[in-house]
Amino acid sequence: MATLKENISFKLKEKFPEINFEISEFREEVTILFNKKNIVEVCHFLKEDEELQYKLCEDITAIDWAKRGDRYSVVYHIFSLKNNTRLALKVNVDESDCSVDSVSSIWRTANWHERETYDMYGITFNNHPDLRRMYMPEEFEYYPLKKDFPLLGIPGSLPLPKK
Amino acid sequence: MGLEAKLTQDGFFTTKIDAIIEWSRKNSVWPMPMGISCCAIEMMAAGDPKYDIARFGSEVMRFTPRQCDLMIVAGTVTYKMSHVVRKIYDQMPDPKWVIAMGACTSSGGMYRSYSVVQGIDQFLPVDVYVAGCPPRPDNLLNALIQLQEKIGRTKAREFGDIKLPELTVIQNN
Repeated sequence: MATLKENISFKLKEKFPEINFEISEFREEVTILFNKKNIVEVCHFLKEDEELQYKLCEDITAIDWAKRGDRYSVVYHIFSLKNNTRLALKVNVDESDCSVDSVSSIWRTANWHERETYDMYGITFNNHPDLRRMYMPEEFEYYPLKKDFPLLGIPGSLPLPKK
Repeated sequence: MGLEAKLTQDGFFTTKIDAIIEWSRKNSVWPMPMGISCCAIEMMAAGDPKYDIARFGSEVMRFTPRQCDLMIVAGTVTYKMSHVVRKIYDQMPDPKWVIAMGACTSSGGMYRSYSVVQGIDQFLPVDVYVAGCPPRPDNLLNALIQLQEKIGRTKAREFGDIKLPELTVIQNN
């Protein structure tokens, strides 16, 4: 029986022969790395394919690599209820073009996950219906999970009530 | 017991207006339970029959600030929440007191982070700090007793904006 990695690899290469997928496996978790411009079509395929049916988007988050060429990775964790398998999708995002296409049209729950990622890392999601901050106040100017943001924050950036 | 035995002898007793106001204030401190996180569970425990905050006259937890004398801030106050806490505090009628319950409220505690206020005394006047993470109910009761002592030391007329009734001297002709 084909493993999950072999199966996914075969299906993706059959459907998207022109896209370069880097598929890796670590402790039975399969991670797929590809170009960010293909994110919507790949996600759409993974969700709508009869055999795969990755219908649940568990989380969307990002990694700040600080010193790497492409500074950020946006990570999507998706789950197939039919096969009881998980996938992680990764796309690299550079600081000069800090945006990814939104997948909220595919999974509705991606709406808030993407807002959270925007709030914490400042990565914008194109075609997002309502890209506002999630946790921090609207007028806050910084992105706290960036590696260059100080742990205790920037004094005076968050207003306190008058004593 | 005490008071009623005296009263049956003479039918009245004399005291100072400050003393009677202090005495009634400190024995009926109505708390505003500002429960924000896990400290609130211990605050609720202080209200149950085992620890029984009613022994100190503070069982009337009002969930509206307009009927409260004491705000027990129990939990982690974030910068976003600080405006809400202050707004509720501002709605409480004078005289009013604040207990900062637990490490987070008093100093930010283990949340040494950009989002958490490192001690609510940055925007509220705090009367008693309670140590612990979370503090046990006995610890909160101890804070209440400390606060009662503090209220007992305060002169009723130190709160200038509160009008005390004019007392007329009854002349016996």
